[in-house]
Amino acid sequence: MNAQDILALLPLILMGCTAVVVMLAIAFIRNHALAASLTLLGLAAAFISLFAAAPFAPRQVTSLLLVDQYALFYMGLIIASAAAVAALSYEYLERQDVHREELYLLLVLATLGCVVLVASNHFVSFLLGLEILSISLYAMIAYLKDRQLALEAGIKYLILASASAAFLLFGVALIYADIGTMNFSRMRELSANTSGFALLLSGVALTVTGIGFKLGVVPFHLWTPDVYEGASAPVTAFVATTSKTAMVALLLRYFYFSGALEYRPVYLVFSVIAIASMCAGNLLALQQRNVKRILAYSSIAHFGYILVAVLAGGTMGIQAASFYLAAYTVTLLAAFGSVTVLSGSERDADDLEDYRGLFWQRPVIASVFTAALLSLAGIPATMGFLGKFYVLAAGASVAAWALILVLVVTSVAGLFYYLRVVVALYSAPSETAPIQMVSPRAAFVLVILALLLIWFGVYPSPLLNLTRTTTAGPDFTAQIRPH
Amino acid sequence: MILVWLIVILLLAGILAWLSARWNSQLPRWISLAAVGLDLALSVRIWAGRDSSATKLWIDEVDWNWVPSFGIHFHLAVDGLSLLLLLLTFFLGILSVLASWTEIGERVGFFHFNLMWVLAGIASVFLAVDLFLFYFAWELMLVPMYFLIVIWGHEHRVYAALKFFLFTQLSGLLMLIAILALYFLHHRTTGVYTFQYSELLGTQLGSGAELAIMLGFFAAFAVKLPVVPLHTWLPDAHTEAPTAGSVVLAGLLLKTGAYGLLRFVVPLFPHAAHQFTPVALVLAAIGIVYGAVMAFSQTDLKRLVAYTSVSHLGFVLLGIFSWNPLALQGAVMTMICHGLSTGGLFILVGGLQERIHTRDLGRMGGLWAVAPRLSGTALFFSLASLGLPGMGDFIGEFLVLLGSYKVSVPITVVASLGILASTFYALRMVQRAFQGPNANSWQFPDLTPREGLMMAVMVLGLLLLGLYPQPVFNASRLALDNLQREAQSPAVTLRR
Repeated sequence: MNAQDILALLPLILMGCTAVVVMLAIAFIRNHALAASLTLLGLAAAFISLFAAAPFAPRQVTSLLLVDQYALFYMGLIIASAAAVAALSYEYLERQDVHREELYLLLVLATLGCVVLVASNHFVSFLLGLEILSISLYAMIAYLKDRQLALEAGIKYLILASASAAFLLFGVALIYADIGTMNFSRMRELSANTSGFALLLSGVALTVTGIGFKLGVVPFHLWTPDVYEGASAPVTAFVATTSKTAMVALLLRYFYFSGALEYRPVYLVFSVIAIASMCAGNLLALQQRNVKRILAYSSIAHFGYILVAVLAGGTMGIQAASFYLAAYTVTLLAAFGSVTVLSGSERDADDLEDYRGLFWQRPVIASVFTAALLSLAGIPATMGFLGKFYVLAAGASVAAWALILVLVVTSVAGLFYYLRVVVALYSAPSETAPIQMVSPRAAFVLVILALLLIWFGVYPSPLLNLTRTTTAGPDFTAQIRPH
Repeated sequence: MILVWLIVILLLAGILAWLSARWNSQLPRWISLAAVGLDLALSVRIWAGRDSSATKLWIDEVDWNWVPSFGIHFHLAVDGLSLLLLLLTFFLGILSVLASWTEIGERVGFFHFNLMWVLAGIASVFLAVDLFLFYFAWELMLVPMYFLIVIWGHEHRVYAALKFFLFTQLSGLLMLIAILALYFLHHRTTGVYTFQYSELLGTQLGSGAELAIMLGFFAAFAVKLPVVPLHTWLPDAHTEAPTAGSVVLAGLLLKTGAYGLLRFVVPLFPHAAHQFTPVALVLAAIGIVYGAVMAFSQTDLKRLVAYTSVSHLGFVLLGIFSWNPLALQGAVMTMICHGLSTGGLFILVGGLQERIHTRDLGRMGGLWAVAPRLSGTALFFSLASLGLPGMGDFIGEFLVLLGSYKVSVPITVVASLGILASTFYALRMVQRAFQGPNANSWQFPDLTPREGLMMAVMVLGLLLLGLYPQPVFNASRLALDNLQREAQSPAVTLRR
């Protein structure tokens, strides 16, 4: 390992250091503001170090990690969203009567896991990143341990995540037994002349189980609503955005490098998963009156949309998926940010009633939330619209009419529940419920997110060019033609 | 540049109106009035400055790169057709600000924000000649309209607004798929990725693909127009919306559907449109008669007026798919006059509801003695609506029938029956509401000077269009000729 390797790995190293520093700081001086500032500082340093690492990309560091433009783009997205979560957590934790500082430690560790995931092109680093992420998440989800739902959610996540990790591990073992490699790129060459195709296919299918669980797509979606509801709002934001972004980034690399999606059975299975997620997510959300559960079901649907882009393949598909993820991250952070700042010490503001007439009392927060909901619904002048447009374009470019028709019809069903929340925001305010005070600091974060949402929704070129250049590598151009 | 200003002025005025409500609740009204007035003045200037003998495609245009990686342009252009519709937009815009002067008392700032933004969206739809931009504006005008209905509407506003949103959104997304299909097919034949209208014209498509793509476009426009089986959102939305919302919906939003058919469906897909013509003509005839019959059987005054729109817009559909100069001129004329006469009726019904708090025909009667000016104006607009010669609607519908006669005699006969039926519903409305005994002994003030002025302007406009329609024909002729040339005149083949 030489200096260039270390520079290429600088973001990861800085993230690790941040975790250690935050831990030591908590051990010596227990101070909420200090822990939060150290976290934000560390994340900022890691973000800046991406630019230091950029000149060396692409660089294979050991056989486990590949630091290329693609990884750096996703690291940026992940670190930025983690910083937003940290900023939102500060206000939220101030109102809670618990040890507040450790959440930041867990947050940094989970983010480190995500960063490892997006840079891995090997099953070993994949599993390492996944476990760092998962173990931090168990504790984060159950962090407010006095709330019964939080504990329940944490345990549910623990059991299901461990089970899915076991499936994943078994799948990796099968793949290794068949072709003798755990490197994604080598899989493509070695799988071409394998005799035990069934073994390889079962291995790939089992890895899909592990990935599908983290994405929360049908039929691995059962944990989503409970965890979203049980976890505290900023943690839910992290689960919904950062961890899922990392997982999709890994999935894309895995599929493009190994060519696994080119096997017809895998392609078919993923088409079914995509269609089922779009339908189930949007239809089940119709029944809900809890905002966090609505967003949980909507996330199932949205990852169905992203899978449409993944299935489209080619350069268009990966660009669409990357853009969609960026849009989804900003949108959901704005949405959960609004939930976060309105939540009190007793419970989170997750009932539809909590939002009745909000626009007339907290116009700024309600406007941000409206922008986020319209973005989720895919209305123009928001990032969500361009994301959906890109996904539809990717689908149309390979004439996947069935998939995009399902997308269109189910997303119209989705309008029902987004508009239900919007109607609540703008109806006459209820007299009884007191509304949480919102600090200017938290409102500032939300307004920044909303402005990003609209700015890139109207003028997306900078972000489009970024996704285009970062996915330009030769490994990402392979057309998916199932055989 | 002036075209960009038309939109920017409205957007800025909307934000300003919203913010200014904090200081004074009257300020948003004046800001909105000034902004729309300025836009009207600017478009009159374009009108006055245009060179009517020139043969170039656009009177004025703005073309900026927007998203180069997709070949998306911010491309606005105006020809005679869009100019007429812009004038209508800003004219009715002023009226809808005035119509809400006393009706909207709460949340005045946000109301005018939405009103300005929906007008900006409509103006962009009439100006956009990049299909992506067109879709962008098409969807964007939906959101403020939704808010107008859901916040300031009547009893069943949430249901009506949701229905409106879902119908438009689903059909809009079908159009988006069609736009994307056209985009990729165009790339396949020419190697160029573009959403530009002028470049997409004449794209060679297989006949199956052309029909499918055309149907995607048609779905979006047919919902807005509305064409009969897809019209069910309209009576609800129009009835539940506040007066300004109804005026904008009937006067302008429906016209975006007609405009889309004229500008995009037939010129981009001439062969498919030709194949589809018999179906469209039958749908038009059904719409004309169905709308009239339904209007006849309504007891809710606003719902009645809403159903007359279905009938009148049937004539527009008939005119567009007859696709010959007479019918097209008639369709454009009907679009404009329907905006005025129906807008006027909605304003009157709104004013009436403000006074007597009901729209139920059964509870009215004998209002003429109470409010002669209001009732007289209502009679005038009803007569315009039933197509009395001397008013604009007559010219439009007459020309449409003349044109469609050349294409299909049976359809024209059925459509003419629609005019007959309109006599029944219009006169029934006047009789039930304004004549007869005043059974409920209503007492309320007649038209205020503000309302009187609005009505006078609209009455004059309708008379002017009816007695001297030539300026409208002159303005739209060149644009319509261009559209027909682009569509390789399927009218010629139709006549045989």
